[in-house]
Amino acid sequence: MTSFRNSSSEINLLNSQPLRKRRIFINQIMLVITGIMVLLALIPLIWIIIYVFIKGRLAINWNFFTQLPTILGQAGGGILHAIQGTLILLLISTLIAIPIGVLTALYVTRHPNTLLGIATRFGTDVLSGIPSIIIGIFCYAVIVKPQGHFSALAGGIALAILMLPIIIRTTEEMVKLVPTDLREASLALGAPEWKTAITVVLPAAVNGIITGFMLGIARASGETAPLLFTALGNEGFNLTQIVQNGIAQKQNLFTIVGRIINSPVDSLPLTLFKYTSMPYPEQITLAWGVALVLLVIILFLNISAKVFILVREAKIKGK
Amino acid sequence: MKNLISVANPIDNQLIKTRRLFTKITEHGDRPWNFLLISVSLLVIALIIGVVFLLWRDSALARTGLGWDFLKPISNASWNPVTGKMQAWPFIYGTLITSLIAIIIALPVSIGISIFLAELCPNWLRVPLGWMIELLAAIPSVVYGIWGIFVFLPQIITPLGNFLWITLGKIPVFQILFMGPIPQSGMSRLAAGIILSIMIIPTIAAVSRDVFLAIPKAQREASYALGSTQWETIWRVLIPYASSGILGASILGLGRALGETMAVTMVIGNSLEASSSLLRPGYSMASIIVNQFQDTVSSLHSNALIEIALILFFITLILNLVARLMVWQASKKFQKG
Repeated sequence: MTSFRNSSSEINLLNSQPLRKRRIFINQIMLVITGIMVLLALIPLIWIIIYVFIKGRLAINWNFFTQLPTILGQAGGGILHAIQGTLILLLISTLIAIPIGVLTALYVTRHPNTLLGIATRFGTDVLSGIPSIIIGIFCYAVIVKPQGHFSALAGGIALAILMLPIIIRTTEEMVKLVPTDLREASLALGAPEWKTAITVVLPAAVNGIITGFMLGIARASGETAPLLFTALGNEGFNLTQIVQNGIAQKQNLFTIVGRIINSPVDSLPLTLFKYTSMPYPEQITLAWGVALVLLVIILFLNISAKVFILVREAKIKGK
Repeated sequence: MKNLISVANPIDNQLIKTRRLFTKITEHGDRPWNFLLISVSLLVIALIIGVVFLLWRDSALARTGLGWDFLKPISNASWNPVTGKMQAWPFIYGTLITSLIAIIIALPVSIGISIFLAELCPNWLRVPLGWMIELLAAIPSVVYGIWGIFVFLPQIITPLGNFLWITLGKIPVFQILFMGPIPQSGMSRLAAGIILSIMIIPTIAAVSRDVFLAIPKAQREASYALGSTQWETIWRVLIPYASSGILGASILGLGRALGETMAVTMVIGNSLEASSSLLRPGYSMASIIVNQFQDTVSSLHSNALIEIALILFFITLILNLVARLMVWQASKKFQKG
């Protein structure tokens, strides 16, 4: 076929009626197959979503969100401890990851061709490829082992490391989209670099940062592996009790916060993983409920992050 | 400010000086700002070096005590933390074979998806369809796990495994891979591989779609002008043109499959049984760490587990570097041509 340019007889052959029909037939078959591939990938997505909704709905009620777990194998009880734990972990990890991620992104966009700039972008890629379990072992060796106990802090730092590449990359993409005119106008007015970055570039790229924040949260809230050796899980975690005790004993804010971040906590995916391997049907039902909550949170965050990007792009094109 | 300058006495002079110093720091504070940016960027790099250093340091006992025997590919490897005789091959095998199954299934599907999204899909459908495929990557791996255990494995994998055992398990060469019976729960290397393939489809599909979209229009038009059908254009022009990018995308997916932990741990069965069959339960490198890291019997044991993590790290690192390089070169080629 490749040599058809050289021989006129082959051209005739190519245009001959049966071959032409065959070519068109093959064309149609293959195009349909690509469509089937898309359906093949959508089947598990829809299957998972529908099944998790059907199964998880049975576990969802008011107690599910407001009660602490009961004794294993008994009906009732909720996952309040895991919700509190997840929120604490996410708070710690975003407080660490957002400033570091945004500043790194600013550096990388300002100095894309310096040695450090290239190395950092490269490092971001490497960081996003490291298996999450290895981050867990790293945080175990750096924080848990020297401290001598598992803690929410260690879990939060592990999640922060996982969020970092996502935040860096989305922020970088959005900061790149900020028109250079804006930056230069600010610099021409005599504003120094740092003031330009904080008052002009970052507000213009704020949607990007929010997107990165949401995608990072979505990734972190679904992660289990790095928490196994850091936050560990803690069925008896009770945030309200810690706070109430702290207030009753007239401890200051730092002591209370210190006690919270130094205690091992549970998180939603961790609870899901533990309950799934238990022999009690009550726990399995709860696990499906947790799966539903996780799925809703993550689908919501992902879709709204995408909408944010679309709005942002439309705005820039509009200008 | 004006007031301060107009009244000249020593105290106000002092004030002016302080104010000037403050101005110097704030208005021209680019030096501390740059210092901040640079130190934060260095932190990202230091993090990676720190991971390598710690894994290397904490696996020292295993590296010196167990030597290369630890990694040797042998069929009857032993894993006995109590006596200190440990060989990691079954886990390496588990990780490699499940990732291989994943990539074999995911690659054609993902290429099909990327072609559909880049070439055939009507414009209005492109964005929502792309989103849906990407949502597959967003689903947490524990949700894949619970769905796998209670739905996918009993309904699909167990019957499929039995079918493979009856058909392929009788043929001499295939016996090594398809020796049954598959456990009733369906937990096996095959199950892990197939779940992994679902998880890496969005990675491969998204990257190769972008590679297809980056191909210059002239390439397509030249092919159509010669009378090719759409499929002939895709098969003979676009796929060869995008091949390095697609290869990069699949290596990226492979890297993700190798490092995936929770879903695999939940469906691979976690068994030390000496069998190389896909239909039997086993361990992967990540799943042995999950199962044993918290209750190690000796420091040699934990060192051995960290050495497994170190190997896993290096494999994923090398794959990621190669993949990035390929995707990067592919896009550079497009910019030229």
